[in-house]
Amino acid sequence: MKIILNNREEMLPGETLTVSEMLLLKKFSFKMRIIKINGVLVPKDKYDSTLIKEGDNVQMLYLMSGG
Amino acid sequence: MRSSDIRNHLSRFRVGIAGAGGLGSNCAAALARSGVGTLVICDYDVIEPANLSRQSYFTNQVGTLKTIALKENIARINPDIIVLAYTEKLTRTNIPKIYSGCDIIVEAFDRDDMKEMIIETVQSEMPGVPLIVGSGVAGWGNTDSIRCRKIDDTLYVCGDESTEVSEEHPLMAPRVGIAANMQADTVVELLMKKSSDYFRL
Repeated sequence: MKIILNNREEMLPGETLTVSEMLLLKKFSFKMRIIKINGVLVPKDKYDSTLIKEGDNVQMLYLMSGG
Repeated sequence: MRSSDIRNHLSRFRVGIAGAGGLGSNCAAALARSGVGTLVICDYDVIEPANLSRQSYFTNQVGTLKTIALKENIARINPDIIVLAYTEKLTRTNIPKIYSGCDIIVEAFDRDDMKEMIIETVQSEMPGVPLIVGSGVAGWGNTDSIRCRKIDDTLYVCGDESTEVSEEHPLMAPRVGIAANMQADTVVELLMKKSSDYFRL
């Protein structure tokens, strides 16, 4: 499937992936992050149950301590 | 628009600032100088000597609550600005109350888990209110990597999203100030897009 990940087109295997599977696949290991799919924020406890589908717009932002 | 019209326009808005440390104190100063009418600030900390390396406070304010000192500094910059100061710890429960009526909110916390908490809270409890987050401001150099990235109409992030504070990468005035002023600039940009008709509804 083709999705938009941080404004760039990405090809991912399969028809759907959970958020957790996508993070594992892309080797995104950093823990503090915000993920929005099609403008809707995905809470951390929903990463295993939220599906990413063809055409989805996935935005990820990393949170670094310091300010 | 002339400079006086811009100030007049900005004076009608209310902006929330969550945290009054390096990002919050510098962002508040920039917004006060720009003439944003009402600033809602919240922090529970007292100024420590080490804070002066990057936060917009002065030696004689050490030991003072940041909210009190920031209100005082804003009054010295621009006495026309209304400052609503809350000295408490921000939580999922009080954020929607304290920042109710704000046109935009600036996230200016130090800790990553607090940043996550306010993003989740504002996005779920205050839909439509833009939140300007700071992430990745520690260390020095490579300032081109600090940018303002628009996630969508309600979420912007200023910083490099990769440099975390550590012994090797302490927080220092230049990069913290760049990110704080970038947050303030994003606020001004969004407010300038709002029509003045918005107030006649």
